[in-house]
Amino acid sequence: MSEIVVRLPAALLAFAGGEHELRAAAGTVAEVMRELAGRHPQLVQRLLTPEGELRPFVNVFVGRANIRGLQGLATPVPPGAVVSILPAVAGG
Amino acid sequence: MSPAPGAAREVTPGEALGLARGGAVLVDVRDPSELFSGTAEGAVHVPRCNLEARIADVAPDRTLTLLLLCASGQRSMATAVQLAALGYSDVRSIAGGLQRWRREGLPMTAPRGPDDLDWERYSRQLALPEVGVAGQRMLRDGRVLLVGAGGLGSPAALYLAAAGVGHLTLVDDDRVERSNLQRQVLHGDADAGGLKVHSGGAALRRLNPGIEVAGVEVRLDAANAREVLAGQHVVIDGSDNFATRYAVNEACVALGIPCVHGSVFRFEGQVSVFWPARPGGAGPCYRCLYPEPPPPELAPSCAEAGVLGVVPGVIGLLQASEALKLLLGIGETLVGRLLQFDALCGRFEEFDVQRDPRCRTCAPG
Repeated sequence: MSEIVVRLPAALLAFAGGEHELRAAAGTVAEVMRELAGRHPQLVQRLLTPEGELRPFVNVFVGRANIRGLQGLATPVPPGAVVSILPAVAGG
Repeated sequence: MSPAPGAAREVTPGEALGLARGGAVLVDVRDPSELFSGTAEGAVHVPRCNLEARIADVAPDRTLTLLLLCASGQRSMATAVQLAALGYSDVRSIAGGLQRWRREGLPMTAPRGPDDLDWERYSRQLALPEVGVAGQRMLRDGRVLLVGAGGLGSPAALYLAAAGVGHLTLVDDDRVERSNLQRQVLHGDADAGGLKVHSGGAALRRLNPGIEVAGVEVRLDAANAREVLAGQHVVIDGSDNFATRYAVNEACVALGIPCVHGSVFRFEGQVSVFWPARPGGAGPCYRCLYPEPPPPELAPSCAEAGVLGVVPGVIGLLQASEALKLLLGIGETLVGRLLQFDALCGRFEEFDVQRDPRCRTCAPG
């Protein structure tokens, strides 16, 4: 397990204590989610369904790659990686 | 008359014409983009920006008399000083430049700009090799539809109109509210209460009377989107709700039209190009990226959450930039890439967007 950075968009800041960037020790995206759930349960409720799957209007990128095209929540997160969370927004 | 220190000798346009007919070299030093209106008869063109490299070609003998011409006589004076420093012994600047030359009725070459284009308006684009006359004609013949004449559609439409995109269609069923004016720069204070397609269309026609602007006062949905979007070359999605965004996506996929997506929230925006029908490499669609819209309780609108007005300005102009590249067929578009802009951090991030082979909108079969 190594330290990685999680970047949150404006739409989710209110559920993470206003923090734009969080640090976590994790080796997969699922472990990132578990660690965030301990600190910010409301945040993770917006990212994952009650069954623990990624919600269909949220994307998680490890570096620039979407985990939907990799191994989903099982996607490994290398040390020092940036995990970006990007929900759909509709504003125009 | 001897020139002041640091200045070169000046001649009137009439004197210059006589000297040129007697063997002096008349040099037009203006930028290439200024040549469309024609130049003085007999002038050779050596733009000031590559003067040092090219002047020896037109005047190999430094004792030749050089007569320099620009638009008003200022750049030619500065250039004359520059050439004197290079060792040319008889360099003269034509006082008043081409403006005075023209005013005095001296002989000119015919304008060499194309008759079917407003070469003066588009001269800075015509000067770009990637655009040029052929590209400007593509823009003139281009058809771009903007979904929403709001925060994203306003800047996008203004710049597309200014660039000479010949056929713009605004689709919006909303009326202007005063709370829109902080970011929806197509509309002014006096437009409050009126239809956005009316005030938006008027603003665009005022900016560029040479283009066609149509307004469609309708809310796009799954039932009408294909009909409204048919025949367009590019669609710019600047709508403000998920139902419209998915309807626009489905219609664009069905019609094979590239959809330039923009969306904003508070200090952030996203922009990408969705184009499954792209020749030479299918791109993803909006549903490949976001398989389902969020339920209303998880999707606060800008009305509740707020948005900094410049954010849709930045994103809308990135959309316009993508639309111009698509019409011109130049550069690398954002097909397969999502740009995320964060105004507070001053940061752009780029993410890969892939096709979803099981996408229920764009997957084959």
